[in-house]
Amino acid sequence: MAARIGKLLIANRGEIAVRIIRAARELGLRTVAACSDADRDSLAARMADEVVHIGPPQAAKSYLNVPALLEAMRTSGANAVHPGYGFLSENAAFAEAVEAAGHIFVGPTPHAIRIMGNKSLARETAARAGVPTVPGSDGVVSSTDEAVSVAAAIGYPVMIKASAGGGGRGIRVANDEAELRAQIVVAQAEAQAAFGDKAVYLERFIRRARHVEVQILGDGERVVHCYERECSLQRRRQKILEEAPSPALDTETRERLCASATALARQVGYRGAGTLEYLFDDETREFFFIEMNTRIQVEHPITEMITGIDLVREMIRIADGEPLSLRQEDIAIRGHAIECRINAEDPDRNFMPSPGTVSELFWPAGPGVRIDSMLYPGCAVPPFYDSLLAKVVAHAETRTAAIDRMRRALGELRVEGVRTTRLLHLSLLDEPRFHRAQFDTNFLEGWLASRQPPAATPR
Amino acid sequence: MALHEILSPLPGTFYRRPAPDAPMFKNDGDTVAVGDVIGLVEVMKQFNEVQADAAGRIVRFAAENESAVEPGQPLAVIET
Repeated sequence: MAARIGKLLIANRGEIAVRIIRAARELGLRTVAACSDADRDSLAARMADEVVHIGPPQAAKSYLNVPALLEAMRTSGANAVHPGYGFLSENAAFAEAVEAAGHIFVGPTPHAIRIMGNKSLARETAARAGVPTVPGSDGVVSSTDEAVSVAAAIGYPVMIKASAGGGGRGIRVANDEAELRAQIVVAQAEAQAAFGDKAVYLERFIRRARHVEVQILGDGERVVHCYERECSLQRRRQKILEEAPSPALDTETRERLCASATALARQVGYRGAGTLEYLFDDETREFFFIEMNTRIQVEHPITEMITGIDLVREMIRIADGEPLSLRQEDIAIRGHAIECRINAEDPDRNFMPSPGTVSELFWPAGPGVRIDSMLYPGCAVPPFYDSLLAKVVAHAETRTAAIDRMRRALGELRVEGVRTTRLLHLSLLDEPRFHRAQFDTNFLEGWLASRQPPAATPR
Repeated sequence: MALHEILSPLPGTFYRRPAPDAPMFKNDGDTVAVGDVIGLVEVMKQFNEVQADAAGRIVRFAAENESAVEPGQPLAVIET
C-alpha cells in the first residue's frame, strides 16, 4: 500500500459521518460525504469538502449499495473510504471490493473481518489465544449421563438450549445434577414439539451478567488496548447509557481482561480499531469473550475521554500505513466518562420513533461536556435510519462527579420538534441502583417496566 | 361498489413482504377483511403493520415494495 490517503470518502451518515469528517480535517485530508437523497441537507453534507449522491433514501439503495459507493469514489477521486459503524462497516466483501479497486479501506483486512464475524471461528481463535469463552458442551448432548458429566465440567447452573431454538426460546435452567436429570428429558421433548428436533446442548448459565467490552487498536503487528467500557444498560439489546471504566472491575481483573483482548487481537494480526465484547459474571468475577466488532463503535467517545486518544484519527493514520504511535505503558485511565444516547423516540409511548424537523436546539457546554451529533436548528430527522440524534458525554475525575456533570448537561440540553429520550436519562441518573452500579444486562428493561404508569382503566 | 384507499399511517419505507424471501402479504385481486395486514412501514428500524381499514378486493397497490412513503400517502386501493 504505497499510496497515501489523499481524499477520504465517508460511507456513512449521521453523527458518525460528522465525527469522521472532523478527524480527517485535523489530519489535513479532503473529505467526501456520500449522501442519500434524504441526507442532501445533512450536517455531514454541509461540512464535507465535497458531496456525492449515492441513491434514494432507503439504506439498501444507498448506504448499503456497494457499486454506488465505488462509483462515488471514482467520480470524486477519493482513494480511501471510512465505513463508520453499521451499514457496510463489517462487510468483508465491501472491504475486498475497495481494495480490489486499488483504494484504502479504513479498517481491518477482509480476512480479519471474516474470521471475527463468524461466531465459531471467533471462538476457536479465542481458544487458541487462551481467552475464555462461555463454557459449554462441544455440540449436542445426546444422553442424560453425558449431560451430567459435561455439566460437572462446565459448572452449575447450566442452561439446556435447543439446538434449533434461538432468540431466548427453548431454554431451561438446571441448578444441580438432580434438576438437570429431571429437566433434560423435558427439554428434549419440548425441543421436539416446538422445533421438530430434540437436539439440545449445554452452556453455563450466568445469572447476573454484565456487558463489558475492551477497545483495542492494532497496526497489523502491534496491538494496544484502551481499557474497557461498561455497556450493561440495554433495551432490546440496544445500548442506552455507557460508561468507562467499568465500575464492576478491580484493577487486577481489569488488567487480565484487557490483556486477553490484546492477545486475541494479536492472534489475527489485527489492524485498525476493534472492540472485544465480554460477559462479566458478577457472582464468580469471571469474564468470557463473546464476539468482536471489527469497526469503530457508537460509544467510542467515552474511551477517548478517559484515555485522551483520538480513536478515529488513529484508525485513519493506521490505514494510511503508519505504525501505531502509542505504547501500552503510555495509555492510562484518567477519570470517568458517561455517554447518554439521545434518541428520537418517545419513552412514554413504548419508544415509538419520532422523525420530524428539529425546531429548536440548545447544546449543553462547559467543563467536561462533549456532544457528538448531526443536528442543527431546522434540520430534518428522516424516518429511514436509526433514531440516534446525539451522544452527550460527561467526563469528570470520579464516577460520582461524572454523574453530577451529566445531570447538569442534560438539564441544559434542549431539542424541540421531535420526542427524545432526554428525560428518561435524567430519571435513570437519579436511580439509586445506578448510583451504586448495581446492574446487569437485564436491569434496564425491568426498571423501565417498573416505572410504566398504571394502565388506563378501560371505559 | 366504491373505491377506498388504505393510507400510510407513518413516514418510512413500505414493504409488501414480511421478509425479503417471503411471499407478498397481498396481491392485486385478493380480498381483504378489516384488520388484514397488507404491508409494513419501517420507521427508524421499527416495523409497523399496515392493516386494511375496510373490507373488499384489492384493485391495485399505490406504493411499490421498498419505496419511501409519507404519512397519509395511499398504499393500496380497494373496491369495497
